[in-house]
Amino acid sequence: YCFGAEFRRFSLERSKPGKFEEFYGLLQHVHKIPNVDVLVGYTDIHGDLLPINNDDNYHKAVSTANPLLRIFIQRKEDADYSAFGTDTMTRKKNVLSNVLRPDNHKKKPHIVISMPQDFRPVSSIIDVDILPETHRRVRLYKYGTDKPLGFYIRDGSSVRVTPHGLEKVPGIFISRLVPGGLAQSTGLLAVNDEVLEVNGIEVSGKSLDQVTDMMIANSRNLIITVRPANQRNNVVRNSRTSGSSGQSTESSLPSSTPNILANFLQGEEESDEEDIVIEDSGEPQQIPKAAPTNESIESLTQIELLHESTQNGFLPSSEMNLNHSAGSISMEYEVQDPDHKSLEDGTIITL
Amino acid sequence: MRRFLRPGHDPVRERLKRDLFQFNKTVEHGFPHQPSALGYSPFLHLMAIGTRSGAIKLYGAPGVEFMGLHEENNTVMQIHFIPDQCQLVTLLDDNSLHLWSLKQHSGASELREEHRFTLKGPPGSPPSATQITAVLPHSSREVLYLGTESGNIFVVEIPSFRVLEDRTITSEAALQRVPEDYCNRRSCELVEALREHPKNPDQILIGYSRGLIVLWDLQNNKVTHHFLGSQQLENLYWQRDGSKFISCHYDGSYTQWPVSSDNRQPEPLENVVPYGPFPCKAISKIYWQTTKNGLPYIIFQGGMPRASYGDRHSISVVHGSQQTAFDFTSRVIDFFIIFSSEPTAGFDDPSAMVVLAEEELVVIDLKSAGWPAVHPPYLASLHCSAITCSHHVSNIPLKLWERIISAGSKQNVHYSNMPWPIDGGTNIAPDPPQRDLLLTGHEDGTVRFWDASGVCLHLLYKLSTVRVFLTDADPNDNMNTLGEDEWPPLRKVGTFDPYSDDPRLGIQKIYLCKYSGYLAVAGTAGQVLVMELNDEDAEHVVDHAEADLLQDQEGYRWKGHEKLKTRDGPVRFEAGFQPFVLVQCQPPAVVTSLALHSEWKLVAFGTSHGFGLFDHQQKRLVFVKCTLHPSDQLALEGPLSRVKSLKKSLRQSFRRIRRSRVSSRKRRGGGGNASEVRGPPFGILSVQEANAKFDPDALQEMELAPVQRKIEARSAEDSFTGFVRTLYFADTFLRDSSRHCPSLWAGTNGGTVYAFCLRVPPAERRMDEPVRAEQAKEIQLMHRAPVVGILVLDGRSTPLPEPLEVAHDLSKSPDMQGSHQLLVVSEEQFKVFTLPKVSSKLKLKLTALEGCRVRKVTVANFGSCKTDDYSENDLAVLTNLGDIQIISLPFLKLQIRYPCIRKEDVSGIASCVFTKYGQGFYLISPSEFERFSLSTKWLVEPRCVVDIPEVSSNNHVHTRSGVENAARKSRAVKHWNWCPQARVVKCKLWLALLVSQ
Repeated sequence: YCFGAEFRRFSLERSKPGKFEEFYGLLQHVHKIPNVDVLVGYTDIHGDLLPINNDDNYHKAVSTANPLLRIFIQRKEDADYSAFGTDTMTRKKNVLSNVLRPDNHKKKPHIVISMPQDFRPVSSIIDVDILPETHRRVRLYKYGTDKPLGFYIRDGSSVRVTPHGLEKVPGIFISRLVPGGLAQSTGLLAVNDEVLEVNGIEVSGKSLDQVTDMMIANSRNLIITVRPANQRNNVVRNSRTSGSSGQSTESSLPSSTPNILANFLQGEEESDEEDIVIEDSGEPQQIPKAAPTNESIESLTQIELLHESTQNGFLPSSEMNLNHSAGSISMEYEVQDPDHKSLEDGTIITL
Repeated sequence: MRRFLRPGHDPVRERLKRDLFQFNKTVEHGFPHQPSALGYSPFLHLMAIGTRSGAIKLYGAPGVEFMGLHEENNTVMQIHFIPDQCQLVTLLDDNSLHLWSLKQHSGASELREEHRFTLKGPPGSPPSATQITAVLPHSSREVLYLGTESGNIFVVEIPSFRVLEDRTITSEAALQRVPEDYCNRRSCELVEALREHPKNPDQILIGYSRGLIVLWDLQNNKVTHHFLGSQQLENLYWQRDGSKFISCHYDGSYTQWPVSSDNRQPEPLENVVPYGPFPCKAISKIYWQTTKNGLPYIIFQGGMPRASYGDRHSISVVHGSQQTAFDFTSRVIDFFIIFSSEPTAGFDDPSAMVVLAEEELVVIDLKSAGWPAVHPPYLASLHCSAITCSHHVSNIPLKLWERIISAGSKQNVHYSNMPWPIDGGTNIAPDPPQRDLLLTGHEDGTVRFWDASGVCLHLLYKLSTVRVFLTDADPNDNMNTLGEDEWPPLRKVGTFDPYSDDPRLGIQKIYLCKYSGYLAVAGTAGQVLVMELNDEDAEHVVDHAEADLLQDQEGYRWKGHEKLKTRDGPVRFEAGFQPFVLVQCQPPAVVTSLALHSEWKLVAFGTSHGFGLFDHQQKRLVFVKCTLHPSDQLALEGPLSRVKSLKKSLRQSFRRIRRSRVSSRKRRGGGGNASEVRGPPFGILSVQEANAKFDPDALQEMELAPVQRKIEARSAEDSFTGFVRTLYFADTFLRDSSRHCPSLWAGTNGGTVYAFCLRVPPAERRMDEPVRAEQAKEIQLMHRAPVVGILVLDGRSTPLPEPLEVAHDLSKSPDMQGSHQLLVVSEEQFKVFTLPKVSSKLKLKLTALEGCRVRKVTVANFGSCKTDDYSENDLAVLTNLGDIQIISLPFLKLQIRYPCIRKEDVSGIASCVFTKYGQGFYLISPSEFERFSLSTKWLVEPRCVVDIPEVSSNNHVHTRSGVENAARKSRAVKHWNWCPQARVVKCKLWLALLVSQ
């Protein structure tokens, strides 16, 4: 169901790119796939994978070629729409792995309403399946858009259920949305939403300035978990489709979340913000990641190992059920985390 | 199983970490902030200073010092040593008394609070009944006499603080047999002074504020003499033989009274107004000291003519025909005279006068002709001009050390040769392991060189850059040029001078090469001076060069200050560091980074506009690089554009003061008590006081106030992206992996790193061929955070040595075989890249994980306390939260974290410097450095013994919990509050104006 790693290189006259239909035909011809419906995409200057499906974006694509235009072609029925959009090509290997081994990242079947491939995502709700219903994890794609993130946070206090009963604890809240900003345009964040996590790190116990710095440090790929002030628009849990295999359910447990998720996210975004180096006043290039050598293996494996453990060290579903039955009030559980325990009992290997 | 590996749980490493790292705040250097009381023990030869924040510090011989902190953080009002004991009593402004003692513990003496006590009156009595105004520790060492506002004198036993009610001296008893008309005219009022008779311990002299003085017999519990003073009393002093005493008064007069058994109500012998006849200020303290030659020393504080000299802080010394009014730079807190205290000696024979002023300690040698000042070995006023930057250099070669000391000694010829007169206790700390220099740059264009090897931070040498420039102030316009016959005979003493002639002179960056003696100093108006150490005076021309950092950019207009005007022709420089070249940056913006390579003879400097490289051998500019972003308008407008924010911060700090004043008033309840009445008038002090009392609750409250923070990604258009934060020289592989070459690295506020390949001609052709530079690399960190550190690690992952370090055999040659790595530290991340091809290898995203940002970073060498042969290099990092983190090299693993500075203490965090061996300094007030150590091996802390000549039997054994309590207290975190130094000075100026209007 995939073309595999098949590459073709050909040239076009830049000044006269012609029509999309012709180009599409050319592609089918070059790849000898005349009767297959395909999605065509290209990498723009930001490294994003963007679609080519009409004359306008085709012309745009050709005009950005510098000097090569890299085009990706996927068979339509297998296409992974999520591959398009922000940050995609900078994480080239992730995209490729998505494309080449989609079973690794089994996504929910997409219900195509319009043509999502025509747009660049600006935000998404993620991890719906693993979070309590009262929480919402929002990812803002700043990169590639000119819109400001556009929100403000403030100190405040919230009531939390603790083993000692109801307690008022300090918290961080969204205080203002800038009109026309990314945050406002998504509709996923609102004034008075309580911020619980920033890129997987809990904010409790951190000062407003610390949380500000964390958000700005993550601003290129900001994932914030909030408890919306308005709880009526929450995703209803039982709409969860069977397509989700119950992966990575552990992160709803506050006690184990920070470390693991942090490393997970770190691993995920590992290559999404490559620095640029200009050698000898030449062309800017993205800095490649050095191949791990023996001397650096200690720290590198750490990330990978933890990454691995998040994928394999799932909690038994019974633990999850307990969590689900909790209803809509956010509860702080004192749940013994078996994953955590095993880490401590595990043999320690020194490299 | 490998997946179960967790960071930081390797037991071998954990054990090693314990042998390497340990956090201690070891000693406070400098002059105590806001001193409020002074005490001296002629028996122990120890001096005690109390502060407004409740600290008490004891000083003896150099290296002998103790520090204690009252739990209440209240102002220390009075300090009294118990005669012939290792004990002292402090009185705080909450009317509590505290007994402290020096006890030996595992070989060293420790200062501990033993007891506390608050005098309580009978139920229903007003608070003034027990408000203590005078304290007299009796020579019997058994009791304290406590004079109060009500005029009654209470007697308490020490150390138990039990009130001996039957021995209370009521004002009624003292007034018996006082003539009716005198009594009617003036009531007794509060007890102003209590003095024990020098020969007869059964008699004490009691002075009441309205002028009545009585001699009280303790045996018979009655008044023996009445002295009917007519002026409001300030203080009393017994003459040595007890035949006379002196009283000093509010109207600027002093009176001598005879004491004899014939006349029980004598008339005064003489009444003198030394600076009359016009109205004078009060004389608040007086000494009358006898000498062998018969002429007494009369020493008194104040008494200046009110109209013309009422604003002077003076102490006058009169000896026969000699009279000098020492004019201090700040308010005199208190003073004492060191004189012969041997009971067998017939005369006082004063040797020195020790004066505690608000901002400095001044000691005057009274034995040498001309009464010169003595150079104090400690308690240096670091802030005599505000500190603008610091630079620490470890392990100074002996040769350079001696040359600096010799240059300094030539500056100190006007000081007395007298050995330091306060010489109590014995310093038993081991000799400092190495010679360390701390260099402080000041607002007035000076650089001070401090001996930072040991416990006493001692000024070695002061360098002034002012001579290079033409300033408004004429150096000959000296305050001391008063004629011989001037009256009063004022003489300025002290060095505190916070008012800078020209703020552009301020020193911003310092770099000293300890091997070559080259020093580079850069300032506020874009001036970079390169200096060389010369043991002789010299007159020479300073070469000038301009570095136009805007070069090809057009249409920019600098709206900031102008560059400093330079002096034409040869300039005379005293022995020491003498500038030989001045590089002037254009526009003359503040120099933000500086690096010197003494082997290549190159100096690199950066401002908010760009950076440049200067060859100080050939005196030629090698290149400049503009780092400005075209849209960065702010950087061009100069410091003026920051006026707005300064104004805002001033406003905020005033609001804070107002707020804290309200809350402190609330806490005090009744208000209007003695301490407030006696407090300084509104103005300079109340600002500082308010800051000092700025309590944590108010802080909490402020933090929870509805402030909001904008969340926005850093963009390339942010202002000040071109600001050069760091410069670094390295001999490394920049172009290819086979050839290494000299290189210069620069990091900016916008997250850009520039690398230049340098070609330095070999030594024999150094003057013939130009140094060449070529840009080799430019790295843009995508997170765009300011780059605060750049470092190259050699093939063994060891940081490259300093220039000339290898040539002097003090470091192994760097490994040029293995591949080098580049470490870039931004405020948010640590990143290791390979070289010569820049590929990212490792990173630690500190801010994304912890929400803190890097403020200072240095490589430090940590030795193991267990074995001599193990040491490693790590990064010592200070964050904006005031935490110190140690991060391993080259793997960037967090080793340990210590809270060090309060995160609100922005100035403290900004002032921090690390040493190369895991110690550090930061300002806890404008005048004090706290020294800390992260190392188990390098620890400089006071360790001293105060011998108790005779252990008295009534020394009770305190409980264990008491010991722990006291120990905890002495370790307690000190909450100092103060404005950022520059702001303090500005507030002062402003308020001074306000008051004078």
